[in-house]
Amino acid sequence: MVETGHFALVLAFALSLVQMLVPLVGARTGNQRLMAVGGPVTVTGFALTALSFAALASAYAGSDFSVASVWENSHSLQPMIYKITGTWGNHEGSMLLWVLILTFFGALVAVFGNNLPATLKANVLAVQGMIGAAFFLFILATSNPFTRLNPAPIEGRDLNPVLQDLGLAIHPPMLYLGYVGFSICFSFSVAALIEGRIDASWARWVRPWTLVAWMFLTGGIAMGSYWAYYELGWGGFWFWDPVENASFMPWLAGTALLHSAIVMEKRSALKIWTLLLAILTFSLSLLGTFLVRSGVLTSVHAFATDPARGVFILCILTLFIGGSLALFALRASRLTVGGLFHPISREGALVLNNLFLTTATATVLVGTLYPLALEALTGGKISVGAPFFDLTFGPLMLPLLAIVPFGPLLAWKRGDVIAASQRLMAAFALAIAAMLVTGLFIDGASVFAALGVGLAVWLVAGALTDLAVKSGVGSVAPAVMLRRFAGLPRSVFGTALAHLGLGLTMLGIVGTLCFGTEKILSMRPGETVELSGHTLRFEGLSPRKGPNFTEDRGRFLLISDGNEDGEITSAKRFYPVRQTVTTESGIRTLGLSQLYLSLGDENNDGSVVVRLWWKPLVTLIWGGGLVMMAGAAMSLLDRRLRVGAPARRRKPAAALASPT
Amino acid sequence: MTRKQKRMSVILAGLAFLAAATGLTFYALGQKASYFYMPADLAAASVPPGQRIRLGGLVEKGTIVRGQGATVAFSVTDEQKSVKVTYTGILPDLFREEQGVITEGAFGPDGVFVADSVLAKHDERYMPKEVADGLKAKGVWQESTN
Repeated sequence: MVETGHFALVLAFALSLVQMLVPLVGARTGNQRLMAVGGPVTVTGFALTALSFAALASAYAGSDFSVASVWENSHSLQPMIYKITGTWGNHEGSMLLWVLILTFFGALVAVFGNNLPATLKANVLAVQGMIGAAFFLFILATSNPFTRLNPAPIEGRDLNPVLQDLGLAIHPPMLYLGYVGFSICFSFSVAALIEGRIDASWARWVRPWTLVAWMFLTGGIAMGSYWAYYELGWGGFWFWDPVENASFMPWLAGTALLHSAIVMEKRSALKIWTLLLAILTFSLSLLGTFLVRSGVLTSVHAFATDPARGVFILCILTLFIGGSLALFALRASRLTVGGLFHPISREGALVLNNLFLTTATATVLVGTLYPLALEALTGGKISVGAPFFDLTFGPLMLPLLAIVPFGPLLAWKRGDVIAASQRLMAAFALAIAAMLVTGLFIDGASVFAALGVGLAVWLVAGALTDLAVKSGVGSVAPAVMLRRFAGLPRSVFGTALAHLGLGLTMLGIVGTLCFGTEKILSMRPGETVELSGHTLRFEGLSPRKGPNFTEDRGRFLLISDGNEDGEITSAKRFYPVRQTVTTESGIRTLGLSQLYLSLGDENNDGSVVVRLWWKPLVTLIWGGGLVMMAGAAMSLLDRRLRVGAPARRRKPAAALASPT
Repeated sequence: MTRKQKRMSVILAGLAFLAAATGLTFYALGQKASYFYMPADLAAASVPPGQRIRLGGLVEKGTIVRGQGATVAFSVTDEQKSVKVTYTGILPDLFREEQGVITEGAFGPDGVFVADSVLAKHDERYMPKEVADGLKAKGVWQESTN
């Protein structure tokens, strides 16, 4: 089975070479038969990669320690779920997951792209094939997951205990669906540059792919943040760690792309800019892969440091980013320039959004790469952390958030700021009220906290105002209003939900950072501690044995209003195979807030160090992410995107139903 | 507005954004980035009390003292010099004697380094990169056996 997987991987590499060359030549010479090769080859390549991945997963599930990667990252006593997720909890397996998702997206284009112009489809598949070929070669040459060991060890070395968590089942696949999903936008852009023209179907295709990738990337980042929050036991949800930034940069650029693609689709303006953004977004995804996988950074994500790998990915990076940008420089001037618009208009607002988001991306990029560059050039070692990003990213983000509610209320071509402001009066009043209530009635609220709460409420209320205005609240009879509300395009709901989610995340961040409380103390069994109105009694430590670990569980009794309100447990786990200790934090969700506690070391006198946090509204940080995902999903369901896009069969019906 | 004027205004706006971002970035890099030192580098560097730095090295054997409450004192060494560090909070799970560690904070007026965060290895197999490089440069690096 393992050799079958290895063989399938080699075959998939060979097919990716066919996929990158034959359709390209076909498109160049106008040969229909050569172009038609692209589809079946892409689908077969995906099937082979899936077979290869399944082979590796079954080696992991069956604890086949004759495979080096399984031996290094698995153990026979691990629960089955961690044996399977361990498949991608290491460098080799995660790269295989990367190409699996890449070929999956390629296959989707091959299967659903029948109504694309034949040359465009052929070129897109060819570019997908180039990316695939580079990464297949990378895996086979430097990170082969199927390398055998002889003699086979009897027992494995266990998966890194930090990764033995359900988060590993969700975070990497979702993040990769986002990261790699942008490869489709990239391929479409490069294909358009190869052809030297952008037509209507190009715009219609790029937006849904951007939405899909953005949706998964949002989920992947939110899930990664929550995982780090509960697993690492530091109670933080974002550390501005270079590895986090590596996923955040494509998200920021992707958000800009999502917005500029709207202008291109609706008004066929900003074509060249959108094309460039699509290239940049995937370039940042590749950069992220390089930062995380090359070992230039030390983090939980860098599984192993092998200089050959870093150099190889750097070559891939240079080739694709340099090549696509060179092509852009050569060809972009040939593309036609789009329609005119007034600076104060929906288009103008979206351009402003793009300016903010791309500069913000640039500051994150500088903050992430500068320490690496400085070390490479001068040997000096600096660390750029939260204080840097608070000072650079913050001032760029806050004004953007403040203008978000205006965008959807401005008309295309020529908008009216005064009319939009009048419609937003209620939302503005609500935001001011929230600000005053926070500032005046909540103890210890700083000016910054009040402003933050006001801004979050402004975003939420602004999103709701958009829906209210578009369904005619206050100007038409309730029955008509309901009918209009139900008849609004799904993309309008999508926009409103995404902006609402942003407001919720903002509220969660402000709540946690400005109103959170924290205590570090040492406790003996029977002692109680109070934090922000919650009383906890330490009941003592008790040992317990898990499948592949032993733990000391600290039990804490939550006492609310004098009554016992259940137990919160936090544990120190010891994994004997890797001689590693991990902390399992104890979390109790109360409404939207959480009580978080983390167990420290035992002192000589029998007391235990305990760190407690009260995190008001913290669940909104990730809840907002889920709402943003729902917004993207809603937008994807829009009729407009289905017309002429993936579902071809529905075209006549959809065209009839569509009011435009 | 003509197409040319429109384009100019977008470009000017873009330049204004870039200028603002560049200014902020330079200022923040000057003010907010913290440098990494090993104990022996400190004499030459003359770091004033209160300036945030990152201090890395090995946790010196026999120096970990748990005080009252959650405050811990220990020394960070590079086998040439060592520096006293105090930290209040929960130490990372992989914090132990003779292991690589990076602490972040500032020197107090009494010359004791007050750390507000302590990072140890993420994984049994690896040492923080800065510490490993620093020890190699000082010639006291030993390939660990695990």
